[in-house]
Amino acid sequence: MAEPLEVNYQELKHLVSERALKGETVLLNMGPQHPSTHGVLRLLLELDGEVVVNCVPDIGFLHTGIEKNMESKRWELAEVMTDRTDYLNNTGNNLAYCLAIEKLADLDVPPRAQAVRVILVELERISNHLVWLGTHALDLAAMSLFLYCFRERESILDIKEMCSGQRMMTTFFRPGGLWRDTPVEFEIAVRRFLRMFPGRIKQYGALLTKNPIFMDRTRNIGKISAKDAINMCLTGPVLRGSGVAYDLRKAQPYSGYEQYDFMIPTGTHGDVYDRYLVRMEEMRQSLRIIQQALDKLPYGPFRSNNRKYVPPPRAELGTSMEAVIHHFKLWTEGFTVPKGAVYLPIESPKGELGYYLESNGGNQPYRIHMRTPSFINLQALPLLCKGHLVADLVGIIGSVDIVLGDCDR
Amino acid sequence: MSEEHLKTTLKALKERFGLRDSELMKYPPTLMVEPEKIVEISQVLRDEFGFDFLCELTAVDYWPEEEPRFNVIYGYYSHANNVRMALRMPLNGDQPSIHTIEGVYRGANWHERELWDMFGIKFEGHSDLRRILMPHDWEGHPLRKDYPLGYEEPQFTFNYDEIDKRKHHSHYEEA
Amino acid sequence: MGIEQKTGNMGAVTVGLEQAVNWARTNAMWPMLFGLACCAIEMMSAQAAHYDMSRFGMELMRASPRQSDLMIVAGRVSRKMAPVLRRLYDQLPDPKWVISMGDCASCSGVFNNYALLQGVDEVVPVDIYVAGCPPRPEALIHGILTLYEKVRQEKLGTWV
Repeated sequence: MAEPLEVNYQELKHLVSERALKGETVLLNMGPQHPSTHGVLRLLLELDGEVVVNCVPDIGFLHTGIEKNMESKRWELAEVMTDRTDYLNNTGNNLAYCLAIEKLADLDVPPRAQAVRVILVELERISNHLVWLGTHALDLAAMSLFLYCFRERESILDIKEMCSGQRMMTTFFRPGGLWRDTPVEFEIAVRRFLRMFPGRIKQYGALLTKNPIFMDRTRNIGKISAKDAINMCLTGPVLRGSGVAYDLRKAQPYSGYEQYDFMIPTGTHGDVYDRYLVRMEEMRQSLRIIQQALDKLPYGPFRSNNRKYVPPPRAELGTSMEAVIHHFKLWTEGFTVPKGAVYLPIESPKGELGYYLESNGGNQPYRIHMRTPSFINLQALPLLCKGHLVADLVGIIGSVDIVLGDCDR
Repeated sequence: MSEEHLKTTLKALKERFGLRDSELMKYPPTLMVEPEKIVEISQVLRDEFGFDFLCELTAVDYWPEEEPRFNVIYGYYSHANNVRMALRMPLNGDQPSIHTIEGVYRGANWHERELWDMFGIKFEGHSDLRRILMPHDWEGHPLRKDYPLGYEEPQFTFNYDEIDKRKHHSHYEEA
Repeated sequence: MGIEQKTGNMGAVTVGLEQAVNWARTNAMWPMLFGLACCAIEMMSAQAAHYDMSRFGMELMRASPRQSDLMIVAGRVSRKMAPVLRRLYDQLPDPKWVISMGDCASCSGVFNNYALLQGVDEVVPVDIYVAGCPPRPEALIHGILTLYEKVRQEKLGTWV
C-alpha cells in the first residue's frame, strides 16, 4: 500500500496541550469515516478520561476545487456546480449565484419569478431542517424521528421534481428568473404540503421538546455567548440561539422578502437545546412565508426579457432575426457579464451564504468565492466542546449543522 | 440612519488614512487599502465605528495580466447599524505576506489558513498557519492562475490508446 | 445436475453448494456507512421508509468495516480521502463488494480537476457502477439487485 505519511512533529506540537506530550491525556482520532460526524470530518480529540480538553478539526476530505473549476466554465454552465456545494440547500445556492449575477449585470427579475424563488427556497429550508432534525435525533438515539423526517422530505422532493425534473440538484433558478414556468400541479402540491406539515411539526415537538432524556443531553451543552459568537463571525441558528436577532431576510431583504410577514426566533442561553428550538420555530415561520407567497403569487412572465442574457422562446425564432442571433450567441458563447465585482450574501438554512463574484467582462467567471456558513461555524467547535464529554460532542456537532460539501467546497 | 453611518465611516476612513474608492466593486461600497495599515484600520472599524463582524476574507489572482498580482478583499458588517462595507488590498509578488487580523476578529483564523493554502499568502503572527483544505504534503497553491486545473481528457473507445500514451499514470495504478 | 434431473427441483434438499452460499451472501449483505457527499443523502433516503432498502436484506448500515461486506462509495472522493478509502477497503473481510454510487464516484462526474480522484476505481476494484447525479433511490436499489445477480453467478473456483 502507500508509504506511511511523514508527519512533522515539530510543526504540529502546538495543537495539543503540554499534558498530551507527557502522556497524561489521550489523543483520539475521530476519523473521517464516522457515523456521527455528518460527513467526512476528522476531529483530533485530546481527552482526559472522557472529558474533552481540546478538539482540533481537520477538514478538506471533500475538497472539490469548485471555485477553480467554475473559472473554466461559462456563466450558466457553472451554475450546475453551485448546487453541489451545500447539497442540502440546492435552491439557496442557485439563488445566491443568480442574485449576484443579476446585481453585476443589472438584470431585472419579474415578480412571479421572485415569488416562486421564495417558495422554493423556503421549502428547501424546511427540507434542510428536516435532515438536520433526523440526523441530530439519530445521533442522540431517537431513531424513529429519522424515518419520519425523511418521509416528510419526500413530499418536498416531489415538488422539486415536478418543477425541474430532478429531486436534488435542480438548477431551477437561472439569471433573470426561472428555467421554466411552474406546472399546474405545483400550487396544489404546495397547498397539500402546507395543510399536512404543521401537524407533523407538532408530533416531532411532542417527541423531543419536553423529553427529559433529550433535555438532559442538550441543556447547558455547547454554550456560546453572544459576544463570542459575533467575534467568531458565526451566523445562522448558532448565532440566533445565543440571542442575536440577525437574519439577512429581514436585515437586507432580497428577492421580495420585504413583502412577507414573519418572525425571527432567538434563543437565550446559546446551548444545543436553544438551537434546536430556534430551528423548529424557523420551520413554522417558513410555512408562514410560503403561505403568504402562494396567496399573493402573481401571474406574469417567469424570466426577464433581456435578450442579452435570456434566450428567446422558440416560437419567436420563426419570425424575428434578432431572436435567431441572440439564440445563436447565447447557446454557443454564452452571455458576458460586465466587468466588476460583487459580494452578495443570503440567508441559507445554516447561516450567511455569500457569493463573491468577479467578472472581467468575459463569458467565464474570473473569480468566484463562496463564503459558506459551515466553514465559519465549524471554527467555533473547539470553543463549544471544551470541558464536555465525548458523548456530548456528538450532540454539539449536530447542533452546529455542518455539511462538509459546504465546508470544503 | 444606517446609510448615514456608512457615509460617515467611509468619509472618516478616507480622511484619516488617505484611502480612495474602488472602481471595481459594485456592492458593497469598497475602499482600497495598503497592506501595512490593515490591522490598524480593522481595529478602528471594530472599536470606533461598530463593524464588529468580518463576513468575508478572500483573494483574487490577476496573473499575468495585472500587477500587483493579488487583491485581498475584507468584508465587514455592523450589527448595530446594519451596514456593509469592504476593503480591497493589492498585494505584490510570489510570496506575499501580511499581518494577520486574528487579534481583531477571531473568526479570521480559518479564512487566513485557506488563503495560505489556496494562494500562498503568508500571514505573520497567525497562531496556526497550516494547510486546511489540501493534504498537508501538497505542493503548490491551487487557486493561483498559473496552477493547472488538472483536467483529465475523457477516454472513449475510439481514442483510448492514444490518450493512454499521453496520460500521466498515478502511483495508485502501479501499486 | 445429477439428482435434480431425475427428481426435479426439490428446493433446499437438492440445492447446490454454490447456490446455497450465494443465496446466504445476498440475502443479508450489510453495507458499510461510507456516505461522503450528496449521494449519501440519497442513500439515506433509500434506507428510509419510502424506498426501504431493508426489504432487500440491508437492514442496517454498520459503521465498522470489520462488520460489513459491502462498501457503497457514495459521493466524490478527494485526493486527501483516497488513502482513507483504500485503508477501509483493506479492512473489509472477504468476501467484499464495492458499489460505486453516483457519477462522481464512477468517473468524477461534473468535476474534472486537481482535487478529485477521477473515478474511485483508481484505488479500489468496483463491481457495480450506478449512474446519476445523484442517482434516485430506485436507481441505487436497481444497482443493488444487479449486484445480487452478479453474486449469484459466482462459482466455487473464485471464492477465497
